[in-house]
Amino acid sequence: MSLEIQNLNVSIPERQILKDFNLTVPKGEVHAIMGPNGTGKSTLAKALAGHPDYTVNSGSALLDGTELIGLEPDVIARLGLFLAFQYPVEIPGVTIANFIRAAITARLKKNDSEFSATGYYKALYAKMDELKIPREFTARSVNEGFSGGEKKRCEILQLAMLKPAYAVLDETDSGLDIDALRVVAEGVEAMRGPDIGIIVITHYQRLLNYIKPDVVHVMYGGRIVKSGGPELALDLEARGYAWVEKEFDVLV
Amino acid sequence: MSASEISQQETPDISAERDVGNFSYKTEYDFDAGKGLSEATIDYICDAKGEPDWMREFRKKALKIYNDKPMPGSWASTDLANIDMDRISFYMAKGRQTRSWDEVPQDIKDTFERLGVPEKERAFLAGVEAQFDSESSYSSMKEELSKQGVIFVTSSEGLMKYPEIFRKWFGKVIPIGDNKYSALNSAVFSGGSFIYIPKGVKLKQPLQAYFRINAEEMGQFERTLIIADEGSEMMYMEGCTAPQYETSALHSAVVELVALKGARIQYVTVQNWSNNVFNLVTKRGIAMEDAEVRWIDCNIGSRLTMKYPAVVLRGERARGEVLSIALANDGQHQDTGSKMIHAADHTSSNIISKSISIGTGRSTYRGMVQIPRHLKHCRNNTECDALLINTNSRTDTYPAIVVRGEGNSVQHEASVSKVSEEQIFYMRQRGIPENEAMSLAVNGFVNDLMREFPMEYSVELRRLIDLEMEGSVG
Repeated sequence: MSLEIQNLNVSIPERQILKDFNLTVPKGEVHAIMGPNGTGKSTLAKALAGHPDYTVNSGSALLDGTELIGLEPDVIARLGLFLAFQYPVEIPGVTIANFIRAAITARLKKNDSEFSATGYYKALYAKMDELKIPREFTARSVNEGFSGGEKKRCEILQLAMLKPAYAVLDETDSGLDIDALRVVAEGVEAMRGPDIGIIVITHYQRLLNYIKPDVVHVMYGGRIVKSGGPELALDLEARGYAWVEKEFDVLV
Repeated sequence: MSASEISQQETPDISAERDVGNFSYKTEYDFDAGKGLSEATIDYICDAKGEPDWMREFRKKALKIYNDKPMPGSWASTDLANIDMDRISFYMAKGRQTRSWDEVPQDIKDTFERLGVPEKERAFLAGVEAQFDSESSYSSMKEELSKQGVIFVTSSEGLMKYPEIFRKWFGKVIPIGDNKYSALNSAVFSGGSFIYIPKGVKLKQPLQAYFRINAEEMGQFERTLIIADEGSEMMYMEGCTAPQYETSALHSAVVELVALKGARIQYVTVQNWSNNVFNLVTKRGIAMEDAEVRWIDCNIGSRLTMKYPAVVLRGERARGEVLSIALANDGQHQDTGSKMIHAADHTSSNIISKSISIGTGRSTYRGMVQIPRHLKHCRNNTECDALLINTNSRTDTYPAIVVRGEGNSVQHEASVSKVSEEQIFYMRQRGIPENEAMSLAVNGFVNDLMREFPMEYSVELRRLIDLEMEGSVG
């Protein structure tokens, strides 16, 4: 069981961003994707999720054998893909409690047992406590007036409640101070297990101190140019990205 | 399913099927003034009701004013010219036009289903039955009320049985010459409520217009007068979320509220007339010293609604409030707003208006706030927010704020927004289908106001908004 991306080409109106992108993330593993700005990391995340602004020119993305390319965003989500956004948007008037509940009930099939409100709130409060989100936030509108740290923790709360098969965390560490970072990372680590595959997209090594990846990939020019173990991340931290550009410019 | 599949899917064409003119219906009336309007119509009405002479004179005077007044000027919708006055019966009583259940459009039946309207109410709402049997639910409340000295009767009964109170206030809040359509109502009004709450009585339960629907008259020219004596409190609810079958193209009601010293009146309306109806309503309340009048208004139906609930703040420290939600779908125009007339020191008024325009629907906000020169320490706060769903939806805002004097303050905020692509994508990424995502966003937009509606309405209203949203995406 894996998320298998093969020869994916994705473009926006002005230009091609992902170029024959290949990646396989088996369930149970955490893969980190690092790279300088503008190499297509966020594009990968959004294209997988079916964002309408991105055109898939060719290639495929199989989630446990099911093709995701061409499907509607909510269908992709219900198949088991979760995207933790880099810039989560505000939804005024829609409370966190109601929003997550709507997301959960959208997944229930008619023959599933009835949704239990008490079970729901029990799980919700437990996760909120773990993520140090005050319980009053259940009545707050999603992301409205939230600080950067609160938004990211809210993303992880949704991740924890929805239990996807595969999660893509798009620069989840951006804008976080050390303490918030630790809380978020611990939340993600708590999710880790044989039933989920996780892609962590990040610029910086420091998140990977808390979420130790099984595999590290370097992305440049719309594709993965190098893969390795956790030590690759440390190497990047030591040397920066300049060597990547130099070594792989010829390919791009 | 994809957005394009949703829009190609067969959705009930609500505007066409609600065109009532295509249906034949039985007529069974004891009283029928026939079509057209003249002094003879007035005489017919007064004779049928056995009204006193002063009312007959009042009505005839109103008819003259109605005939003399020109149509509303260039500020108003030109659609008004499409009201076919010749086809309107201005007085019909003790009976109702009915049709067979087969003739009821499928989309209306579907709406009943979706809103969970009780079976026994559907036949009445759909115009299949002439009467709604609410006697049982009403009678116990009636007992409770009469023990407290509360009067809750039809306007006719009010005139006949309680002439002193009735005559004292009737036509005082909305004078006979206020506007063309209130003059029309003054000439031919029938039905509506007359309510008097004695001093100090604070009603725990709201009074519902619904209880009176099986009374004799057609609902088109209702006249309601509510007097809350000193220190009393009450809430009145009218209308329902289920679409109501309405043969008459013109609905022109007048509502007068009087809140005496320290009293509080809340008037809640949910309007969902069928899409052929011109709904032209004049509503105004007077708030005396330390009193409060609060209008909570939701307009979802009708072809054209023109309604500007107003409060005249006549006593010191009086408070006026209008909370309004309007939803305009294809072919609809919700022209709503408020008037706050400050006439004493230390008065305050609050207007919150939220409108949603879907498809070719048009929402208009008109607000008048007046604080004259001689007053002090008056405050108004106005917030009008519009949400446009489609690229061809339309909204207009016409605030008219006239403030003079010292120490008065007025605050006006307006916004126009649309549900952003990013919001929809975010919600869909959580597995929520597109239609539901739109509904969530739209319900979120009106959420603050929705909370002010009594529970019975707010649950149904949310479902109704979901229904209106369907087929609007894409």
